[in-house]
Amino acid sequence: MHTDPNTTRSADAAPDGPTARGDARIHNIGYRSYSGPRLGRSHGRASLIEHSLRGAFGLGRSARSKVLPMLLLTIMTLPAMIMVAVAIATDLNELPLEYTRYVVFMQPIVGLYVALAAPQMVSLDLRYRTTPLYFSRPLERSDYVTAKLAALSVAIFVFCALPLVLLYAGALLGELSPSDETVGFLQGLAGAVVFAVLHSALALLIASFTPRRGFGVAAVIAVLTVPYFAATSLQWIVYDLGSSGAVDWIGLLSPGTLMDGFQGAYLGGATDFPSGIAPAAGGAGLAYLLVTVGLTALCSFLLLRRYRKVGI
Amino acid sequence: MTVIVTEGLSKRYPGVTALDRLTVNIGPGVTGLVGANGAGKSTLIKLLLGLAPATEGTSRVLGKDSAVDGSAIRAQVGYMPEHDCLPPDVPATEFVVHMARMSGLPRTAARERTADTLRHVGLYEARYRPIGGYSTGMKQRVKLAQALVHDPQLVLLDEPTNGLDPAGRDEMLALIRRVHTDFGISVLVTSHLLGELERTSDHIVVIDGGKLLRSESIGGFTQSTTTLAVEVTDSDRHPNGAEAVHEALTAAGLTAQRDAGQLVLVELAPGAEGDAGYDTVRDTIADMGLGLVRMEQRRHRIAEVFAERVDAAPAAPAAPEGPTTPADPTTPEGPADPAEVPAQAPTPAAQEGADGRAH
Repeated sequence: MHTDPNTTRSADAAPDGPTARGDARIHNIGYRSYSGPRLGRSHGRASLIEHSLRGAFGLGRSARSKVLPMLLLTIMTLPAMIMVAVAIATDLNELPLEYTRYVVFMQPIVGLYVALAAPQMVSLDLRYRTTPLYFSRPLERSDYVTAKLAALSVAIFVFCALPLVLLYAGALLGELSPSDETVGFLQGLAGAVVFAVLHSALALLIASFTPRRGFGVAAVIAVLTVPYFAATSLQWIVYDLGSSGAVDWIGLLSPGTLMDGFQGAYLGGATDFPSGIAPAAGGAGLAYLLVTVGLTALCSFLLLRRYRKVGI
Repeated sequence: MTVIVTEGLSKRYPGVTALDRLTVNIGPGVTGLVGANGAGKSTLIKLLLGLAPATEGTSRVLGKDSAVDGSAIRAQVGYMPEHDCLPPDVPATEFVVHMARMSGLPRTAARERTADTLRHVGLYEARYRPIGGYSTGMKQRVKLAQALVHDPQLVLLDEPTNGLDPAGRDEMLALIRRVHTDFGISVLVTSHLLGELERTSDHIVVIDGGKLLRSESIGGFTQSTTTLAVEVTDSDRHPNGAEAVHEALTAAGLTAQRDAGQLVLVELAPGAEGDAGYDTVRDTIADMGLGLVRMEQRRHRIAEVFAERVDAAPAAPAAPEGPTTPADPTTPEGPADPAEVPAQAPTPAAQEGADGRAH
């Protein structure tokens, strides 16, 4: 008679063994096919937006990639907190800075963030040649581009809107006029939306031309700052020469002054222009509106065209 | 049922014809797509996925037109590119989950499928580490996993054994075989190494210069005859043993020839008649009193497809132009210019592939 020593031992160890042990089995389930839902293009696009948006703040990536976005976000919100503290402590009637002015005031920081986030979104996919994996899925190339545009726009908007929310909350806590503050806050948010969309199209276009992230960062910073300083100095020169009418038109020449003038014309009143006066909503302001919309559309179009060529 | 059908498919870039009126039918199973670098393999894959428009001709994948239904095709097809395509700073699990969601799988399904697929391709604990630290073999497994994660009906694998050492190659090829046998997924696998597709594929398609050279089941390539390589010692009676054996075997009615070295190659027909040939060889050598150093069976290498063409091409009739000739998969002489044949015949890749299989 054959007795298996293993069987004997396990039976000894567990008197009621056979049934109790019989339930605990390791199954080799082999390959399981998938018969669940396939949600297609729109789901892929939504997932890509979510993934890219998280990536823009370093979420879901290594700890090292979280440092800079979080540091910049802190620097971005710090002045807002100080302003709120000062306003409440000294019983001011209004915040030291208007909502729409805040983003313009903090533009160097926003610019740095945009320069950091845009290459993170597209250059890495180009550098590691991950794009063929996206394009060999149901997504079309236009889906990829619109998803990236949407994700960066939302990221920049969140980056700009967070301090505004702090200001607004502080203003309400400090019992400033709720109606004035609400109007100003909404104007600030609207400005942030336009700012975010314009800058995301511009920065993604620049970043999509280089697989090297460092180059992308440098190029975006250059495109945001060099024209800004050029336009601003030119404005001052022209202003000092006495032709203040030309100041408005020169403001169209850089993304920074463009946003400043646009907000001045439609969302508030003041600008950082030498005159301190905003372009008239009907006159030069219209040019600001058209250039803002046109530049955004042009950059998006070029970005779409760029991705018809690269990435397979 | 056919998985891939192309008809007169051409792709011309300025100055280059990547695919030239390719007409081929590919059924379920593992199909090897063989060609030298630049033969048009990757171009074909791009056209099949609907990523680039064909210059002329049509292709259908899983019954859908590549030019129109690209998105629907890509939902049911997996693709593993030839080159590196993995971000180094992300763990394999996260990356493959992301790719599964890109294919349209809901979040939980994507996670389950990722765990399953990574296990099937043989990636265990390492899957939680960033991909940057992986070996080439592990990276190839991740690339394969992302192609399989949405349970496609067909996967297109572009040079999956690139950069792997011999052991890694064997594992990858066995895995590819399993993709079909265990997972039930049809496979189109490209390689410039002819030898390695021989044991993985059910069907081989050979293209060169964008044209179809041959499309046949693996049996057609390798099983028509068997070659027996025989090596013997020399003796005082037979100072040149190989030559003596060659003569004796020829006298015994077998088709034998000398190769460049000390080997005698004996052609054996399939079936019982061929099996009797083994006895003849053994007895002949024993009777001559020579030592039998080696007697090894060699299947016909796919590389010989090219060698055959060198022989066949000069005898081929004036190459007829037109899409019909390459359409006939059984015609080994395509309309290819005979002048270009020597260039493709003994490709180093082909030799390498054949040598790798020799022992």
